[in-house]
Amino acid sequence: MIPVAFDYLRASSVDEAVAALAGAGEDAKILAGGQSLLPVLRLRLSAPSLLVDLGGVPELRGVREEGDSLVIGAMTTHDEVSTSPLVRQFAPLLATMAATIGDRQVRHRGTLGGSLSHADPAADMPAAAAAVEARYVLAGPNGRRVVPASDFAVDLFTTALGDDEVLVEVQVPKLEGWGSHYEKFHRMVQAWAIVGVAAMVRRDDGAIASARVTLTNMGPTALRATALEQALAGCAADRAAIEQACAVAAEGTSPRDDLTASAEYRRHLVQVLAGRAVAAAAGV
Amino acid sequence: MSSGTAAPSQATSTSSISVTVDGSRYTDTVESRTLLVHYLRETIGKVGTVIGCDTSNCGSCTVLLGTADDPGHSVKSCSVLAVQADGANVTTVEGLAGPDGSLHAVQRAFHELHGLQCGFCTPGMIISAVDLLRDNPDPTDDEIRDGLSGNLCRCTGYQNIVRAVRAAGAELRAQVTEVRR
Repeated sequence: MIPVAFDYLRASSVDEAVAALAGAGEDAKILAGGQSLLPVLRLRLSAPSLLVDLGGVPELRGVREEGDSLVIGAMTTHDEVSTSPLVRQFAPLLATMAATIGDRQVRHRGTLGGSLSHADPAADMPAAAAAVEARYVLAGPNGRRVVPASDFAVDLFTTALGDDEVLVEVQVPKLEGWGSHYEKFHRMVQAWAIVGVAAMVRRDDGAIASARVTLTNMGPTALRATALEQALAGCAADRAAIEQACAVAAEGTSPRDDLTASAEYRRHLVQVLAGRAVAAAAGV
Repeated sequence: MSSGTAAPSQATSTSSISVTVDGSRYTDTVESRTLLVHYLRETIGKVGTVIGCDTSNCGSCTVLLGTADDPGHSVKSCSVLAVQADGANVTTVEGLAGPDGSLHAVQRAFHELHGLQCGFCTPGMIISAVDLLRDNPDPTDDEIRDGLSGNLCRCTGYQNIVRAVRAAGAELRAQVTEVRR
């Protein structure tokens, strides 16, 4: 399978990438790691006239500390996110989740920014980024703006990015004293999550003081399970109490029926996976 | 519409690329849409790297993508454009053996322990195993299975593949010890 012909530009800076996008209109696509885009192009599900490759922009890659935040470059690969000592220390949820994406080859190429910008509801990264309350830095012709994770994905494969904007980095508030876990169910490593649950839990002795839970593939975008978060606040940190609270995990979601699972099955599965994810995050 | 007037660099439908593959440097003009695996097989004749599924699932087309200083990491060459490999170093299964033709420890272990039946997945399996053993020289069986989860074999049931990777790991560790002495 061979993609439809396109023009290719290897940008050497963010400004150059933005300028190329501004000149090309909606027919242009950004190429990050290509692990979602190239399969789509090979199947000719998309036929952009121009690909702007960010692979030659070194400042978009890597993890650094900036005050109370970690800043992760958009071209940092899933493998780099999963093995970064800084991410493991201050945002371990992102590291453990990134280690579950696809397979080794995919993690060596696929990038944080690419996955977030693609906004596939079945991708793992958006839910985990929402759980750590990441902020996305977008660069455009008029400079940079910051968008919270909750406002970035607006619908199926649709984000707040304008046609001439590029996601350049992700700011993650440093968090310590929280347990976290990502639990997903899929048929094989290359398959998308049928459902995934990201959980972060701060404990106060024998109880859950505060919890954040986000869901993969339970709606057109990653969703925050607000009813469950409320049910977990003050909940005893034991398996039975957590599982009981997780009965509301599907509240406010709108999962799809598709070839792998019915919506009803997903609404059941999310309760089971939330129970496992929250228990693991709470250390019980 | 393809090249914005504001863009200082020119977007093009073909590019000249220079890639070092298995130690030899190649310079060619390729279409932007050419996949790395098609470049390797059809332009420079490295047919040891095969195309199994064309959907990024099977891993038979796995190669190492790195730089002159670093052999890099395993990637599926059906999911990389040839233009993205411009300036890179690629290692295929054809580049693993020594200059005298002596097999790489992973190749030898697959041969001796019968880590294949039809052999189609083998080039990708071997490259993935080489990459895994670089990151984790002494993997458990579970880590081997997890590390090779991007490579599908429809013949062996994986048992002898896991044995071969375990044996190759032991041999590579022994080689390192030997060199240190």
